[in-house]
Amino acid sequence: MTAPRDVSFTVNGEARSVRVEPRKTLADAIREDCGLTGTHLGCEHGVCGACTILLDGAPVRSCLMFAAQAEGAELRTVEGLADGETLHPLQQAFIDCHALQCGFCTPGFLMLAAGVLEREPDIDEEGLREALASNLCRCTGYLNILDAVKAAAAAMKAGPG
Amino acid sequence: MKPAPFTHHLPGTVDEAASLLAAHAGEDARILAGGQSLVPTMAFRLARPAHLIDVNRVSDLGTVAVGEDAIGIGALARHGDFHRPVEDGPLGALLSAVVRHIGHYPIRMRGTFCGSLAHADPASEWCLVAATLDARLTARSAGGEREIAAGSFFEWAMVTALAEDELLLRADLPRLAADARWGFCEFARRAGDFALAMALAVYRVEEGAIVEPRVGVGGVEACPRRIPEGEAVLAGRAPGPALFREAGAAVADAVDAVSDVHASALYRGELAGVMVERALADAAR
Ligand SMILES: Cc1cc2nc3c(=O)[nH]c(=O)nc-3n(C[C@H](O)[C@H](O)[C@H](O)COP(=O)(O)OP(=O)(O)OC[C@H]3O[C@@H](n4cnc5c(N)ncnc54)[C@H](O)[C@@H]3O)c2cc1C
Ligand code: FES
Ligand code: FES
Repeated sequence: MTAPRDVSFTVNGEARSVRVEPRKTLADAIREDCGLTGTHLGCEHGVCGACTILLDGAPVRSCLMFAAQAEGAELRTVEGLADGETLHPLQQAFIDCHALQCGFCTPGFLMLAAGVLEREPDIDEEGLREALASNLCRCTGYLNILDAVKAAAAAMKAGPG
Repeated sequence: MKPAPFTHHLPGTVDEAASLLAAHAGEDARILAGGQSLVPTMAFRLARPAHLIDVNRVSDLGTVAVGEDAIGIGALARHGDFHRPVEDGPLGALLSAVVRHIGHYPIRMRGTFCGSLAHADPASEWCLVAATLDARLTARSAGGEREIAAGSFFEWAMVTALAEDELLLRADLPRLAADARWGFCEFARRAGDFALAMALAVYRVEEGAIVEPRVGVGGVEACPRRIPEGEAVLAGRAPGPALFREAGAAVADAVDAVSDVHASALYRGELAGVMVERALADAAR
């Protein structure tokens, strides 16, 4: 049906139910129906990575999925990274390494890096460079982002505390 | 832009998916697999399908099954499933090296092997792999199954032998001999872009001479294919830089390269030769 349909999933652990037209992308549903505008939209056709979120643990472009496909899925967005007032190691490392300027690309890079590091904690520098090449940043020149993710990877391995 | 309205179907079985295709063939019904090619074209409104038959929840569409003679790649096998070798032999290593050239990490979490074949972009790495290794493709419609050889599957850029009411169920890639050598090389202007030219080479060496050479080229002509002129140069001769250059030159001469905004036919043809030479050198590493 082209008519709206109810879809339920969790976002950052919280159950959500939205009523969406089939053509509504997951990115638009997250922003408009869930009110979580931390997920950004740049190109809306899969090239920039600003809309990257975690779908059942895997980093994906939320502009290339329809919300109706997310029934039962566990979604994570940038709003779910911090633990209360404590920033996620990636967020802290982005600040420490000056890995953002305007910040438009940052939520996408954070979720990309979070997904890659959780799936492949032992990824080497070449692998990280290749993975980070997935997203576009017009400001930083990327090297500070790479430094931040390397620092966060070390911190995440060392564990909390 | 936002995609135009469509009806979203979520079949649970292959039978249901095939009947939906049969029911809506002729009304621009499309399979929705990874969505990594279809959704961007819908966002641009280059495609406005009336029906999307979403196969992501079809329970009897497999992923990767390693058999004795072949690897069966079901329609729900995603690019990322090949990041780690799916088998210990050369084919597993080949696939895990080639997959890194497909788009980006998040694209590979969703995009499917069979979707790449059905989409048939001239510069698709999986299409080149299927053509070079002579994959056997299984199409499924409400009427039953039929097998299509990779050599006759790709008909033109973005055009395949699949009928409107058929879905690509599975691709079988023959496993390679344990001593098979393989090499891959592609040239793209930016990381993650579709390549301007790419080559895959596979051969074995017996008593110092190349046997069973396979040389495939993608991104150069409308469809990827094996280039017999290049293979003929290699057969029976000792591997080495001079021979690889000769084979590359034979390929550059043999291809009928396309011209577009990214590269002229002359440049692409020469690039194809260089990619072949480097893929052969990579195989000899
Ligand atoms: C930024 C970006 C970069 C990319 N770079 C590359 C690259 O370098 N190399 C590359 O090869 N690809 C690249 N891709 C495309 C990607 O690999 C796609 O995943 C692939 O082309 C299509 O697979 P899919 O599963 O996503 O198919 P979909 O997008 O879901 O479908 C594509 C087409 O195939 C049809 N289809 C899909 N599955 C089947 C089936 N089982 N039976 C019949 N028809 C079917 C659909 O109806 C549709 O017409 C890129 C994509 C993006 C967004
Ligand atoms: S907005 Fe999704 S990739 Fe650019
Ligand atoms: S910080 Fe501005 S685009 Fe990356």
